[in-house]
Amino acid sequence: MPPETALPPDQTAARQAWMGLLARAKPARLQALLPDLPPYEVLRAPETGAVMVQGRMGGTGLPFNLGEMTVTRCALKLDAGAVGHAHVQGRDKAHALRAAVIDALMQTEQAAALRASVLVPLQAEEAARRSARASKAAATKVEFFTLVRGEDQ
Amino acid sequence: MYVAVKGGERAIDNAHAWLAEERRGDLGVAELSVAQIREQLALAVNRVMAEGSLFDPDLAALAIKQARGDLIEAIFLIRAYRTTLPRLGASRPVDTAAMAVIRRISATFKDLPGGQVLGPTFDYTHRLLDFKLAAEGAVARAETAPALVAAVPHVMAMLDRDGLIAPEPAGDAVPDDLTRTPMELPASRALRLQAISRGDEGFILSMAYSTQRGYGRTHAFVGELRIGAVAVEMDIPALGFAVEIGEIEVTECETVNQFKGSKTEPAQFTRGYGLVFGQTERKAIAMSLVDRALRWEELGEDNSGAPAQDAEFVLMHADNVQATGFLEHIKLPHYVDFQSELELVRRLRADASASAEAAE
Repeated sequence: MPPETALPPDQTAARQAWMGLLARAKPARLQALLPDLPPYEVLRAPETGAVMVQGRMGGTGLPFNLGEMTVTRCALKLDAGAVGHAHVQGRDKAHALRAAVIDALMQTEQAAALRASVLVPLQAEEAARRSARASKAAATKVEFFTLVRGEDQ
Repeated sequence: MYVAVKGGERAIDNAHAWLAEERRGDLGVAELSVAQIREQLALAVNRVMAEGSLFDPDLAALAIKQARGDLIEAIFLIRAYRTTLPRLGASRPVDTAAMAVIRRISATFKDLPGGQVLGPTFDYTHRLLDFKLAAEGAVARAETAPALVAAVPHVMAMLDRDGLIAPEPAGDAVPDDLTRTPMELPASRALRLQAISRGDEGFILSMAYSTQRGYGRTHAFVGELRIGAVAVEMDIPALGFAVEIGEIEVTECETVNQFKGSKTEPAQFTRGYGLVFGQTERKAIAMSLVDRALRWEELGEDNSGAPAQDAEFVLMHADNVQATGFLEHIKLPHYVDFQSELELVRRLRADASASAEAAE
């Protein structure tokens, strides 16, 4: 099946970025940021399944199967015509629906408004969460020093 | 002969009702929520995800609650649940070099790019019971420092660059999957790693320990141990590109092991690899030791007959759901089997006493 969308590379990168952000978002937070959804037609009803996560031998070598994670996917079409997709971590069907709606809306003229009201806050919160963990990790970095031994004096 | 026996339904129903009541415990004590288990018993949750082979902290916490804290029972629940899920696909291999590390240590190099980051570790605690935890109280906030912006490269990449460690062949071959086809021996390294990563922590730990005590010794150093979040990406055919479907925490351990060399090949260290869901450091270290021990054949070593070198022994006994299923089934009714044994023993005894009487 050929891809249904053929965005130019820069737009593909932007779409990948928002889809990833929506997939990692906490469902409750997403709902708070966008409580009301526009009318849509479901193309693929939200479905929870498993994705096999792969690792690489030695971190860089051949792939192997590490174990699965739960993922919920969904596809829908806004009444205005734009098609949205979502693959989100976990089992929350409302999360997948909302992420797909936002993916679709981001392809319309509402993109700028939605970016400001939903994506920017999500991104800022995620950055703050990551930076808090990174700062705590940094505080546990070992600063080695060498003691002056008696025979050296 | 198989004889179906009915009955016991009422006893079973009542036993399960009592189980539910015992699970709840004293009603005067507040009930645990799934979120409390997920947040406050996170390492138990991680173990259930790793051995249940399904990354979903809420489900693992629920399983622990349902199993009354019996982690093998909880792992069994997760394994049973995952069989009900349709497989939506496979991710791209996670990039552990790009991990957002909360812990990263090396036992082989003191000074290295990115440094030694201890993270939230039990190491260097005195293992004295902290009675302050018995009383409820606020937790002191963790210290912070300006976040490290520099990359945290794999220690192995440095050894690799200098040709000091056996290279890891790269490629994108589709790996064997023991959840799709039953494991057959000899098993590929991909299959072995999958089996060890979801294997019982206690079993893998003991196997690894046995190699340290001399049963298939491989002289392992922890080249690097890192814990942190990695992005999971999957190709979506309908879109024609890959998207990030989430973020998971993993523990990775790479060991630097005894070197080999010959008159024609210069000496090189060899590798053992461990990668496990969650913050599961004991398991990841043990995994890398067992992986290395099982590689004896491909590395041209002798089989010393050690259990940890025996792929059949390790892989067929590592899974605690299989093991407990077979072990515990012997407590279930075997009335007819036993009756036949009983009759046989009685007949042998009767024959023996008859021939003894005849001899007198």
